[in-house]
Amino acid sequence: MGVITPGFFGRAREADPKLPPGQYETKDFPVLSAGPTPNIHPGEWSFSITNESGDVKRWSWAEFRALPVETVDTDIHCVTRWSKFDTTWRGVSLDTLFEDVETDAGYTMAHSYGGYTTNVPLEDLLDGKAWVAFEFGGEPLDPEHGGPARLLVPHLYFWKSAKWVTGLTLHDTDELGFWEVNGYHAYGDPWKEERYSYDG
Amino acid sequence: MKWSIAEVVGIREETPTARTLMLRIPDWPGALAGQHIDIRLTAPDGYQAARSYSLSSAAGDPVVSVSVELMPDGEVSPYLVRGVSVGDQLEVIGPLGGWFVWRPTAQPEPLRLIGGGSGIAPLMSILRTHAEAASTAPVHLLYSVRSPEFVYYRDELAELAAATAARVDIQYTRRAPEGWAGALGRIDAARVTAWAEGTEGSVGASNYICGPTPFVELASNALVAAGADPTTVRTERFGG
Repeated sequence: MGVITPGFFGRAREADPKLPPGQYETKDFPVLSAGPTPNIHPGEWSFSITNESGDVKRWSWAEFRALPVETVDTDIHCVTRWSKFDTTWRGVSLDTLFEDVETDAGYTMAHSYGGYTTNVPLEDLLDGKAWVAFEFGGEPLDPEHGGPARLLVPHLYFWKSAKWVTGLTLHDTDELGFWEVNGYHAYGDPWKEERYSYDG
Repeated sequence: MKWSIAEVVGIREETPTARTLMLRIPDWPGALAGQHIDIRLTAPDGYQAARSYSLSSAAGDPVVSVSVELMPDGEVSPYLVRGVSVGDQLEVIGPLGGWFVWRPTAQPEPLRLIGGGSGIAPLMSILRTHAEAASTAPVHLLYSVRSPEFVYYRDELAELAAATAARVDIQYTRRAPEGWAGALGRIDAARVTAWAEGTEGSVGASNYICGPTPFVELASNALVAAGADPTTVRTERFGG
């Protein structure tokens, strides 16, 4: 605990078990992006997984949308300290996308249109923990929120849920992505408050 | 990097709803223009609330400044805007952020800055750092603001425009000062395009845009449509 700030009492509050440390709840859906919003037409969109040997599995939008779809109800937590409860997404589970991928690698790098990258351990993408989502709140995903499709890894801070995702590459070692090179934490567990690179 | 105790050594009322806090932070290592700090408040029962604030001071300033806009439903900003006095202590950590930053270089490319409302703060850090370094980079600022009394750093912006390579264009959205020749209203794509065409180095410029999300979306899309390479456009958005 830090020093008491005289005269500061904060909002009326109850301990909310859904709220990670240092977060506050918002009903809005703020945007965190490093640059202009890319405008990607589904016709030019594709998603690929490239394993450590360079073998590529690729889906066009039509092929991707033919895969089984899951509905995901989850809370999301942004490193800029807002959390949003009970969001509803539709997307394709990474378990489905990885079904025919052969790999012994432990790490992935997510790549986005616009050149952004973020690193996520493979085990954080499998076993029902992550999706490529194309719908939010019953509507197609807005470009400013990552449409046509973004990664959804809700148990990590939300920058790991790469917007405008176009692929994953598999790696034997953990390398830092764009956000992580620029000061964010390599892993980003909201419950351990792993916000910045100095947070251990 | 650890949380440390900053002392409030100065306060300036910036607008009717915003003030600048000047902070002395022990062992401050200096910053890059455009970086931010987090400020953390702690209630008597241990409850804490922290928020990020862009630095508006120049990179080399030993005393850093942040400008805080009062958010009517906010938890931290009402305290910082209405409750803090000179001599108070605040917990801070920083400098933070490695992307929305500008470094003066020997062969500088032109700078184009677009700010909406309190989004001017990190752009002011860039302008002050530009002046501090006596940079020869042409720099253009387009600043959208409701009305004259809501202009942050008004006198200093005028001085910078007069004394340096900076050109400052203010777009008033609701009310303009008397004698102002421009058209009143929100920035639209045509306004950004016209402004961009009047700047030096449309190709090869570094672009920084900060403001509320819809403002940044509009301005960044318009700049890209006007020919800017998207990889040269750095953005910082706030609000829902």
